[in-house]
Amino acid sequence: MSPRQLLGRIGLWLSVFIIVSPAILFFLWMISLSLKYEIDNAAYPPVFIPEQFAWKNYADVLASNRFLTYFVNSLIVTGGATLLAMLVGVPAGYGIARMAAHKSAIVILIARITPGLSYLIPLFLLFQWLGLLGTLVPQIIIHLVVTVPIVIWIMIGYFETTPLELEEAARIDGATRWQVFRHVALPIARPGLAVAFILAVIFSWNNFVFGIVLAGRETRTLPVAVYNMISFDQLSWGPLAAAALLVTFPVLLLTVFAQRQIVAGLTAGAVKGG
Amino acid sequence: MSTITETTPAAAESAAAPEQQWHRPTYWPFVLPALIVVLAVIVFPWLFTIWMSFNEWKVGSPTTFVGFANYLRLPNDPRFVEAVGHTIFYTALSVIFPLIFGTLAAVVFHQRFAGRGFLRGVFIMPMMATPVAIALVWTMMFHPQLGVLNYLLSLVGLPPQLWVFNPATVIPSLVLVETWQWTPLVMLIVLGGLAAIPTEPYESAEIDGAGFWQMFRYITLPLIMPFLFIAGMIRMIDAVKSFDIIFAITQGGPGSASETINLYLYSVAFVYYDLGYGSAIAVVFFLLIVLLAAMLLYLRKRMLWTEIGGGA
Repeated sequence: MSPRQLLGRIGLWLSVFIIVSPAILFFLWMISLSLKYEIDNAAYPPVFIPEQFAWKNYADVLASNRFLTYFVNSLIVTGGATLLAMLVGVPAGYGIARMAAHKSAIVILIARITPGLSYLIPLFLLFQWLGLLGTLVPQIIIHLVVTVPIVIWIMIGYFETTPLELEEAARIDGATRWQVFRHVALPIARPGLAVAFILAVIFSWNNFVFGIVLAGRETRTLPVAVYNMISFDQLSWGPLAAAALLVTFPVLLLTVFAQRQIVAGLTAGAVKGG
Repeated sequence: MSTITETTPAAAESAAAPEQQWHRPTYWPFVLPALIVVLAVIVFPWLFTIWMSFNEWKVGSPTTFVGFANYLRLPNDPRFVEAVGHTIFYTALSVIFPLIFGTLAAVVFHQRFAGRGFLRGVFIMPMMATPVAIALVWTMMFHPQLGVLNYLLSLVGLPPQLWVFNPATVIPSLVLVETWQWTPLVMLIVLGGLAAIPTEPYESAEIDGAGFWQMFRYITLPLIMPFLFIAGMIRMIDAVKSFDIIFAITQGGPGSASETINLYLYSVAFVYYDLGYGSAIAVVFFLLIVLLAAMLLYLRKRMLWTEIGGGA
């Protein structure tokens, strides 16, 4: 390696380090906050690695019944909204791609542009009128606003790139359209299904707007619960940071391990709902 | 967004054109369930919102039709006018900074180095993480006495700041969070653009003795322009309707110094329960976003036209 190449290499690694450090340092600091006792969190200059780890912060958060309730709520809302979206969105993506109905994608675009709050006013009234407030149903339904467009959008993109020859061959052999979809198109589009599923899960899990309006004390999802901890219950930083980390941990884990799928999905343009 | 305008039509026409007519009616059963869901949770709310915006509608009291009265209230509502100003300021900064840093990051991630995939995963963590959880940690970092940011400032000899607790610095401080969070998205889009650039121009430029900066300025930048536009557009739409971060860190405060249209909409609809007026704000807000997006598209068309016209 010539000196010039070596210099370029060092420059590259330095740039990589500078670019990644805001993300790394932030999450390390988050971990540090969550593992410190109050004395260390209130110290100046700040303590980065405490002498004693406050694992108690995590134990406290996990031991509270409420956290478990809210975790289950989050699982039900995200799970319900994602599965329903896959159920209706995947065939729809297939149909739109095969009919080449590009104009229909405008609806998806409008959904993407609209602020989440604008759905809340009418749907809030509707749920009130139906007497559904106080259950998890309104949140599952309104999360569809986030998950359905993501799934349809990504699946249109995938089905447009899958080859038609196989499907035609199957139809000549006498398969119905549903069988062609189920046994030919769907297996080929499996990577697309994974992308759609992962992104729908993440954006539904992270959603906050819908919860603060629709959730009662018993029906909060985790992001709303954490927000309520800031404003009401907790003032000490350790347990707060621990709770925040627990809420976002599944998402971070998914991000690092499924980064290829996530990058593929995000660059297809279906970014962030609500 | 990008796929609709740029790539999809071409790809799909070549694939589906011969059979199009034949297929058209028969695929309706596939689309129908989703259509019902979309009508119920997206189209119906929109129609209902428009209708409500013409009514005086407060929770618990009867509704009366008031025509355009809710819309006429808007220009005379100082809080709304102020919120529009905050939104524009917040959005402008939240588009510019991620675009700059995202492009630089994309140039770096376009190189080959060990662990690139993993580090890219780490780099996009801020945009995937739960916004409320992030906001909570930033709130702690912004703390004037105990926050780590003022400590870092003191290390480089700068005076401590009040960050989100000072009306003059609250929006730039929130933009700092927004930039940290959304630079990765710009990076991903631009990275896609960089991957599509052929290597020949660089090779001949190198032979002609062009430096790194010259190549970036005269080859890379013009070629990734369309991607920068898409990134800017998506960024703009997201920044205009930014809610979670602002709400969780400042709730629009101190006072109403960081109250954007979206936060004001929340207050009107779900704190004062003035649903008619809230609906009018929602409609105007949506039109504003569409208008901004259309302006960007128009600008892009103009630029393309001058590029072709100038022969560049």
